[in-house]
Amino acid sequence: MSILVIAESNGIEVDRGTLSAITAAQKIGDKINLLILEDSEQVINKAKKIKGVTNIITTSGDLQGGLAENLAPLISECAKDVTHVLSSAGTFGKNIMPRVSALNDSQQISDICEIIDADTFVRPIYAGNALATVKSLDKIKFITVRSTAFQAANDQDGDAEIVEGPVAETNGKSSFVKRDLSESDRPELTAAKIVVSGGRGIGSADNFSILDPLADKLGAAVGASRAAVDAGYVPNDYQVGQTGKVVAPELYIAVGISGAIQHLAGMKDSKTIVAINKDEDAPIFQIADYGLVGDLFEIIPELSDKI
Amino acid sequence: MMKILVPVKRVIDYNVKIRVNSDSSAVETNNVKMSMNPFDEIAVEEAVRLKEAGLAEEIIIVSIGDKGSQETIRTAFAMGGDRGVHIVNDLNTEPLVVAKILKNLIEKEAIDIVIMGKQAIDDDSNQTGQMLAALLDWPQATFASKLELNDNQIKVIREIDGGLETLNVKLPCIVTTDLRLNEPRYASLPNIMKAKKKEIIETPIEETGVDFSSRLEVLKVEEPEVRSGGRKVEDVNELISVLKNEVGVI
Repeated sequence: MSILVIAESNGIEVDRGTLSAITAAQKIGDKINLLILEDSEQVINKAKKIKGVTNIITTSGDLQGGLAENLAPLISECAKDVTHVLSSAGTFGKNIMPRVSALNDSQQISDICEIIDADTFVRPIYAGNALATVKSLDKIKFITVRSTAFQAANDQDGDAEIVEGPVAETNGKSSFVKRDLSESDRPELTAAKIVVSGGRGIGSADNFSILDPLADKLGAAVGASRAAVDAGYVPNDYQVGQTGKVVAPELYIAVGISGAIQHLAGMKDSKTIVAINKDEDAPIFQIADYGLVGDLFEIIPELSDKI
Repeated sequence: MMKILVPVKRVIDYNVKIRVNSDSSAVETNNVKMSMNPFDEIAVEEAVRLKEAGLAEEIIIVSIGDKGSQETIRTAFAMGGDRGVHIVNDLNTEPLVVAKILKNLIEKEAIDIVIMGKQAIDDDSNQTGQMLAALLDWPQATFASKLELNDNQIKVIREIDGGLETLNVKLPCIVTTDLRLNEPRYASLPNIMKAKKKEIIETPIEETGVDFSSRLEVLKVEEPEVRSGGRKVEDVNELISVLKNEVGVI
């Protein structure tokens, strides 16, 4: 088994999702090539130390913006002699992997959460309300990995070989303009150990800052339900749920969130769930480990104060 | 003037609490309310807005699935779709097969833009648009939350982890919709009546010339372990105490 893992990186290091994909790859086989799609010495030197990686494949050429049109042929070339191609199931992997899979006439397996054997995987369907065990009959398997289901690989003790890879060419049909990332000193939602999320109960965009002192004290990321995002309280990338981000932190604190199925799908694998809501019949209490019924505008400041 | 193709999928309505069938082979769809995949509704709406803005001439709706798919096509008609294609397959059609069938249709119909949902809320694959773009060697504007069409090019704002990204893609292209691209309209009664008269061409999947055999065998479908609720705490002091002493996370 020879496995290609497609890395997502940010100019400094490969992301947490890629480290999870490497752990998943190690459950399939032991020859793991990590493809870095960024011409950055810093990323490469850091990636060299990821344990379990055999080779780092470097790339150059037109990599700007990580455009699927330019990268898919390059990834295909690197996938010729492997049995599996993996990436994390973030928006980067979701955008690019099906394009590569189709170029290889292979039916991709999306968002796996468990590996049974080299051909058989478990993946959530219906927003995680059912789990399907699927067996791939394709020669090369293209897979995206749910990062919350696999631990991050150790990125300190490895010593991978660096191999020069292909050069990306411009397809000319698309061009990158810009990226507007939300600026925050807080940890990234999907990587945070603690997440504090607000729902419609918060009431307004201004009120949302009531969560800030608590999040700051706990070193937590701030998330939101779809209702809060739709109401314009916070930007889209705060959204936790079926159509937003899937998180599984050590501690998830749901504040003023009723607990629609769509939200639960994004956080029900959290280790401990705390719900704070004034409605004692809110569905969120059916899955929360600890529930506190009451007015969030009194509870949250008191909690931030005393914690 | 441009021709837009909008593929739509009939899925279990997003409000229904699904259950696995008795032999654990699939999710039960018998006697369950079915609707158009919500992301596809957004795609139909976007196509209709382009037509209303005078930027497109015709909207073709296509669906692959059993007889019931015609109802979904008619829903798209009532929103503003012009004519329909129904590829009949009583079984599940995998994304790669869907992409191959759509490719043939796009070439036959000389389509300029495909607007489709980023994923179906049943199998949650999020693949077909990207696969179709690969097969056609077209650019892809996935997870779109805003489109601006100016001669032969679309400026698209996409939702990515951590924020937004802006790309320019040349036509012809594939667009896949994210939730906040628009808010789909409700069809008016006169439009629902008119939708009944619009034409749907039916083709059995066997006659598409595409190998539709399954590459991803479903061995079983199960319900995930249900997370049971814990207990209520009385006040903030008790909450802090359990988090410190029982859970140990703070």
